[in-house]
Amino acid sequence: MQLSELRGRSQNADRAFRWLAAGAAGIVLVVLALIAITMTDRARPVLGRMGLGFFTQTTWSVPTNTYGALGFLYGTLYTAVIAIAIAVPISFGVALFVTQVAPRWVRRPLVYVIDLLAVVPSVVFGLWGLLVMAPALGLQPSYLAAGIILAIMITPIITSLSREVIETTPVTDKEAAFALGATRWEMITATVWPHSKGGLVGAVMLGLGRAMGETIAATLVIGNTVHVTANPLAPGYSMPTVIANEFGEAEPLHKSALIALAVTLFLITIAVNLAATWIVQRSMRRSRGT
Amino acid sequence: MKRSGSIQLAAAVAVALASPGCKTSEAPPGGGGAGKVTINGSGATFQKAAQEIAIEAFAKVRKDITVNYAGGGSGKGRKELADQVVDYACTDAPYKAEEAASVKGGAFFYIPNVLGAIAVSYHLGGVDKLQLSADTLAKIFQREIKQWDDPAILADNPGAKLPSAAIVVARRADGSGTTENFTRYLHEAGGGAWKLGSGSTVAWPGDTQAGNGNNGVAGIVKKTSGAIGYLDLSDAIENKLRYAAVKNQAGTYVTPDAASVTAAAEGITPDDKLLFSALNGKGVAAYPLTAQSWCMVYEKQTDKAKGEALSAWFKFLLTDGQKLLPEIDFAPVPKALADKALAQIEKIQVP
Repeated sequence: MQLSELRGRSQNADRAFRWLAAGAAGIVLVVLALIAITMTDRARPVLGRMGLGFFTQTTWSVPTNTYGALGFLYGTLYTAVIAIAIAVPISFGVALFVTQVAPRWVRRPLVYVIDLLAVVPSVVFGLWGLLVMAPALGLQPSYLAAGIILAIMITPIITSLSREVIETTPVTDKEAAFALGATRWEMITATVWPHSKGGLVGAVMLGLGRAMGETIAATLVIGNTVHVTANPLAPGYSMPTVIANEFGEAEPLHKSALIALAVTLFLITIAVNLAATWIVQRSMRRSRGT
Repeated sequence: MKRSGSIQLAAAVAVALASPGCKTSEAPPGGGGAGKVTINGSGATFQKAAQEIAIEAFAKVRKDITVNYAGGGSGKGRKELADQVVDYACTDAPYKAEEAASVKGGAFFYIPNVLGAIAVSYHLGGVDKLQLSADTLAKIFQREIKQWDDPAILADNPGAKLPSAAIVVARRADGSGTTENFTRYLHEAGGGAWKLGSGSTVAWPGDTQAGNGNNGVAGIVKKTSGAIGYLDLSDAIENKLRYAAVKNQAGTYVTPDAASVTAAAEGITPDDKLLFSALNGKGVAAYPLTAQSWCMVYEKQTDKAKGEALSAWFKFLLTDGQKLLPEIDFAPVPKALADKALAQIEKIQVP
């Protein structure tokens, strides 16, 4: 009697939980779909006017209603690449140091500080980079300056995530490597790397997403001028910064063009993430030998 | 623990209900403390300083009314008035035809309340007087003239000694009414020399330097020798920058100040909505790079206390408020125009 009552109640709770969880998951998908649909709809006027030219032209002239986003697209990818190139080695280095090299008494406080840094809003680091670091390095507004600031902003989060991923490597694997006579470096490449590859790519992707979407700090150091060039010292422009700069005073078609930029940013982030997932899955399949 | 939490919550709700914003309908005129009315505005950053100085002075004469002005840009102001998010909004440009349909609150008035100059600031050691014509300005800002001792600049400054230095052009990175007015002036007065069109932002040449806001432009001009940039006069003065005299339609080179700015709007006949442009004025004493700004308010007010407060606030803006403008390097609108605007305020309907 008592037992069956208990069972009945728990079944209800179970059912409620399932609906709640499914609902939460559903909301995410619905919101994502709504964003994609409404934004694309608002981007239609400019895409109708510019066609593919929106993605292939570099002229962005409001008075003549010519909107070519290539310069911003290029700037976004270029600064993100610079940021990742700087942030990833540092982040992985710190994470490996903390988990594999540092003595125990250093590890605890260091982990604490790193996790603390990861929750500080990135704009705080951006401001520091802007007010202290860029002048100290003598950097003019440029792709490089923006890339460095973005790197500073995303390093803590990548570090923190990669540390957690690396920490999940089973101790038995590591000890097995040592038992076979592996050096510390060999142990890392043989056990830690294969084990945490997927998670590390995920950490980098999260950092990349932040770097590509970063607005205000980038606005202040990127130069806000369209230049499609490989020269990292040239001033540039990126998609989020042009949206932040121009949205407030934009007229309808101009606004539509800025929304189209947002859609493009959205699509690029999704594409980058899908590509990363694919790379990770492929490499994991290969390392398992299937 | 739980019970005390809910008591706190109840107390917080009670405080919120008793706070000034919620009790507008019982405001006794001229009364202090209890029954304060709050009116909220947003919009043009161009006149934010003008709004702030007037708000401060108004608070002293009407202790029962609190005015907030949030800035945010003309576009934001127009949007928020249209959506009835704010009680009034200010803008440097009227609604575009395609935006007008989105205004939800019915008829509204444009109230011209401030004029301001766009200064052409420069940083050139040893040169404390510079004169520029629209044609020369156009060529400088689209990077056709790249040297300070270019014959065109020398022709504007007979007898002056200008260094053989490179010109660095500073312009706004963000979309702004200042850029819109500046480029419209170059487009209208430059005699075809200006090819970039006019708008809140234009396709600037790649070798110009972009600054965020007036202060961003001021910063570039301040630290870069050979720099020239356009920004609001008040910011140019605040940053202690030198600025050029600009040639007007009558052919005189005029320096921006309160008198030459007001002169730009003299003799202009606004249309019956009080829309006009002070840019490129015809008067001999007119500073040609003069911009105007309006505040907008709905004709039919739905809240008695708020409607009356808005009337009082706009009357203040157009009378005593005008006298404060020169202090912050803005200029009052001509008397005749202010009178027309006051007549519009009289038409505001309060339930």
